[in-house]
Amino acid sequence: MSTELVLQYLVAGLTYGTIYAVVGVGFNIIYNATGIINFAQGEFVMLGGMTAVTLHGLVPLPLAIAGAVLVTMAVGALIEVTFIRWLQRPSVLRMVIITIGISIMIREGALVLWGESVRALPYFTGNEVSSLSLGGVHVSPQVLWSLAVCLVIVAFLRAFFQHTAVGRQMRACAANRDAAALCGVPTRNLVTLSFVLSAGIGALAGCVVSPITYTSYGIGAGLAIKGFTVAILGGLGNSTAAVAAGFIVGVLESLSVSLLPAAYKDAISVTILLAILFVRPSGIFGSAEVARLEAR
Amino acid sequence: MNRFMLSAAALALAASSQAGAQGKEPLRIGALLAVTGPASFLGAPEARTLEMLVEDLNAKGGVDGRRVELVLKDTGGNPEKAISFAKQLIEEDRVFAIIGPATSGETIAVKPIAEEAKTILLSCAAAEVIVNPVLPHVFKVAPKDSHAAEMIFRRMQKMGVKRIGMLSSNTGFGKAGKEQVEKLAPAHGIEIAVSEVYDKAATDLTAEVTKLKAASVQAILNWSIEPAQAIVIKNARQIGLAVPIFQSHGFANIQYAKAAGAAAEGVMFPASRVVVADALAATDRQKPVVTAYKKAYEARYKEDVSTFGGHAWDALGILVRAVKEAGLEREKVRSAIENMKGFVGTAGVFDFTPADHNGLAIDAFEMLTVRDGKFVVLGP
Repeated sequence: MSTELVLQYLVAGLTYGTIYAVVGVGFNIIYNATGIINFAQGEFVMLGGMTAVTLHGLVPLPLAIAGAVLVTMAVGALIEVTFIRWLQRPSVLRMVIITIGISIMIREGALVLWGESVRALPYFTGNEVSSLSLGGVHVSPQVLWSLAVCLVIVAFLRAFFQHTAVGRQMRACAANRDAAALCGVPTRNLVTLSFVLSAGIGALAGCVVSPITYTSYGIGAGLAIKGFTVAILGGLGNSTAAVAAGFIVGVLESLSVSLLPAAYKDAISVTILLAILFVRPSGIFGSAEVARLEAR
Repeated sequence: MNRFMLSAAALALAASSQAGAQGKEPLRIGALLAVTGPASFLGAPEARTLEMLVEDLNAKGGVDGRRVELVLKDTGGNPEKAISFAKQLIEEDRVFAIIGPATSGETIAVKPIAEEAKTILLSCAAAEVIVNPVLPHVFKVAPKDSHAAEMIFRRMQKMGVKRIGMLSSNTGFGKAGKEQVEKLAPAHGIEIAVSEVYDKAATDLTAEVTKLKAASVQAILNWSIEPAQAIVIKNARQIGLAVPIFQSHGFANIQYAKAAGAAAEGVMFPASRVVVADALAATDRQKPVVTAYKKAYEARYKEDVSTFGGHAWDALGILVRAVKEAGLEREKVRSAIENMKGFVGTAGVFDFTPADHNGLAIDAFEMLTVRDGKFVVLGP
């Protein structure tokens, strides 16, 4: 295999990895605030893409994306206030079931609202056939857009959780909600905020990958599975690690296609996931403490 | 639960007495269609077409003085769901005949059930194996995949293409198409250098097309019905693979061409004439049928007509004609369909025989291409 081809496979892996990563980081915010996985995260991604496509009929692209992010954030807040806020000490299992229920509800709602047809935002730069040629290797500009958005989100989250008071309070809230409340942390509002943030980031991801993957009412579940895989692989709660894990899975999947029939591509990522969870249950980059929280 | 069942029974009673008031029992037709899910591109226009036609039929006094009642089940493209809905339609709803399923995988799962219950099944799916070997009660109105492959190979031969890369999705349609293509390729002097199968929910196929590029293929042939068929052409062009791209008849929904935008230009595929209704010669036998359907559908639903909705038009049309000819005895209707000749439908002119439960010849297909975002006739 020529170097050029190897590089082309790497670029393909980068494309997959970016899609997985940009969806995967969304899982970490609610996890960081509540210690639960929000199974409706994929639906936030779908809502963002669909809303942006609809708004794009009325306003320019940047405004449509901003609008979609705001709308999805509002949906996130509404969901938290309606279904989760009033629960007294919900168990992890109960929260899982509730979020799965919410995901089904959003999906069906989207089906009624938008129908079953497949839509997409236009490419941010160029169009469906344009690609940047870097030494014989071709990459779609949209992949670079997704990558950039992904990195900005990660940098933002890192700064938010490490260096702001609200971010630290959120983490305290996940570690021990009672203790945090005793210290004067407004735990309920922080959980709402985590849903809002997570919805916003999901929506942004949905907009930026929509030209590549297309958007339809049912796309959330598929994207969420891969996003969830990389979030777990990286170690829950750690966005930088989720991105790294996304690239690892993407590149391995892509290289596997060069050697094996492509039909095994998805089996490869699941095998990696299982193997890593056997050896390191806390994820590649995760700490045992996070794993303990997960088992709580 | 009990109260619910009681009220359901009361409702059913009320409904039947109402039908009694009109004189005759309604003609109840079941439909198993993937209205949602990854195959909704097929099932949704089919369901809309049936709803439109049944409304029209009833407005005109029904069939043989009987109101037509459509019992529509959304399978989501899932063969397991299709099986349980098929049983429900046969045992509980006691339908006269079933239209659908929309996909090959579902039809293959459902056909033994329909045959066992001696219920007429008019499938809207493509795979050859649905009617080969023939089962007495199973028919299909979509053109055969072997004919589609034949049309594509003829075009490839004309262009001097000898070495191709094949991509297909892991669905009944993709699998059946792949088998036909692999079977027919050697006879046309065409070598399949690489053949890859991808997941029906695939969101990016850059690695797969890179593999085709590495194999230096002269053309790409993709066989699927999902949005992935738009993704594949985009990815091929993005990595600078400039070879001709062929698609199966699954591409015959303009939404796919629109989704792929500039990348769709020049893609070649076989399709029935309904998607190019306006471009047909006035002498074409199908012209009046396809233009009338297109006009009615597009006026009502504000979306472009596709070949798939046309399959539902054909299935219901064939059934209604057979009932008008043979009455309401199921075996007589079955035999009327089996011997029906010259039914002009959207997919072509159907000439059924006891050995051919599809009834379409290869000339039901026309080779089309995409030019300026529109489907145009390419010629043979």
